Amino acid sequence: MSELTLTVIRLGFLAVLWLLVLSVTSAMRADLFGVRPPKPPKQSRAAARQSKQPKAGKGLPSRVVIVEGPDTGRSVPLHGAPVTFGRGDDCTLPLADEYISTQHARLRFHEGQWYVEDLGSTNGTYVGHERLTRSTPVNVKSRFRLGKTVVELRK
Amino acid sequence: MSLNQRLPRSEATDDEAVVPRRGRGTELLLLIFAVGISTFAYVNVDLGALGEVPADAMAYLGGFFVVSCVAHIVIRIRAPYADPVILPIVVTLCGLGLAMIHRLDLADDSSHATTQLTWMLVGVALFITVLFLIRDHRILARYPYLMGLTGLVLLILPLMPIIGHSIRGAQIWIRVGGMSFQPNEAAKIVLTIAFAGFLVQTRDALALAGRRFLGVDLPRARDLGPILIVWLTALGILTVQNDVGPSVLLFGSFVLLIYIATERISWIILGLMLIGFGIYAAYNVVSHVRQRFDLWLDPFIDPTGQLAQSLFGLAYGGTIGTGLGQGHPDMIPIAESDFIGAALGEELGLAGLTAIILLYALLVSRGLRASLVLRDPFGKLLAAGLATGLLLQVFVVLGGVTRLIPMSGLTTPFLALGGSSLVMNWVLVALLIRLSDAARRPAPTDKPTFTDDAVTQVVRVP
Repeated sequence: MSELTLTVIRLGFLAVLWLLVLSVTSAMRADLFGVRPPKPPKQSRAAARQSKQPKAGKGLPSRVVIVEGPDTGRSVPLHGAPVTFGRGDDCTLPLADEYISTQHARLRFHEGQWYVEDLGSTNGTYVGHERLTRSTPVNVKSRFRLGKTVVELRK
Repeated sequence: MSLNQRLPRSEATDDEAVVPRRGRGTELLLLIFAVGISTFAYVNVDLGALGEVPADAMAYLGGFFVVSCVAHIVIRIRAPYADPVILPIVVTLCGLGLAMIHRLDLADDSSHATTQLTWMLVGVALFITVLFLIRDHRILARYPYLMGLTGLVLLILPLMPIIGHSIRGAQIWIRVGGMSFQPNEAAKIVLTIAFAGFLVQTRDALALAGRRFLGVDLPRARDLGPILIVWLTALGILTVQNDVGPSVLLFGSFVLLIYIATERISWIILGLMLIGFGIYAAYNVVSHVRQRFDLWLDPFIDPTGQLAQSLFGLAYGGTIGTGLGQGHPDMIPIAESDFIGAALGEELGLAGLTAIILLYALLVSRGLRASLVLRDPFGKLLAAGLATGLLLQVFVVLGGVTRLIPMSGLTTPFLALGGSSLVMNWVLVALLIRLSDAARRPAPTDKPTFTDDAVTQVVRVP
């Protein structure tokens, strides 16, 4: 193996290594500058920022109402403090539904937006067909389900 | 394959059709690139050292490719929204490490590379297991006290009479039926999970309750108590075991986690003060630590000349290195474990070592990115904790090798020879993948994609 070939290989290897670093960086560019198809987390954040002022007029949910299940008709006003749902007595809204865990779900207000999050319940909290795995933004008329109980946010 | 399963759903909701970028294609491309580089490095070592292409080059390429592809397919199935650059970076680092270990094998006439390759397979197997077992990272938050206890037990194991085992003065090994394992590598991850779990439960109290003292918001003892007990015990055990590196790592990630949880800069100040005090105390009390400091200040008093040889190697490598297989990294004693950074620095030069450090930085940045995007506090803390842990480990070990700070025994993640470290770092990567998947997964839509055959449907949308 001649000295020249080895030098070429050595420089070639370093070039390829740096090329990898650069391609990884360019693959990340989408995250940094948010190109083409906007990713939902970003989009929802941008949407929240955009609609922050108008939303105050349009109305944040002011009440959460049980629309199905054993406790149908009960409601709790939303003031900005977290609201917990569950069978436990220490919940903001104790429910009688047998399919609900002691501490089941929580509504949380953060930067002008209400979020619903599951508190590690046995049967899960559902928005539509999706079982929640993380905080999900909810607005007026949003519904979510815990056990057999359906909760709706109202103005 | 998972793409096809998901297509109908995204078509159904296409009134606000945002098809999120999963990045699985990008991942595959980068992965092929990473496997290519790993093989290039392997062939380059033989070309440089022996002047011939290794006979098993194609087998190596194929094996590496198959292993990476299996990991990739599992990600496609179990974490389709995971960050696309994490796996390629890890495969590249593993490949570079394997090539360098193979290079040292050629010089020392040993066969560490085969062992390392086996451990890498075990690591990937565990990676897959973790992705399959842990669907939702929040189940890890359920038992923080149990996790903390497990972490402590793992740390104590090497001190147990029968299974405990000491290598080169550090009592950090257990040996069960001929197999040696360093439980502290597993403890590192378990304790990070435990810390994140504790802090989620107590962070409001930690940030708000308590009194101010010297400009620092001190929390109430009952809020911080359990964590402090775990942390102090862990540090105590590590000191008894004569192993400085993990103590530094544990303390560092602990302070950073509290800082991230409470958003109080005072914790960093307090942490730095404690580190200063801890180092001073350790220097005066523990002979092992003092010895490390003396070697740091004057590397030439060491009879084995490990650090001195490492510095010579780095200097000999210069800017672009001697080329793989053409330097003398075997002159550094035990170069394949702690000092693999120096060996790579010699043969790839400053340019190569910088690229490697950048790869680590990119990996850490992906972890922090997942932490930023995640909405649940536990996930945020866990992602940040794992990422900063990795960052600290790389800093401590590469800083030690380049004589920026005193050397403390920690392995270079993914590069260095060592089964426990490699396997556990793959587990760490699996957790990062799981967390980044949760972070990038689009929020479920409000409108259910209603179908008539869904009998169990309880929500009826008008």
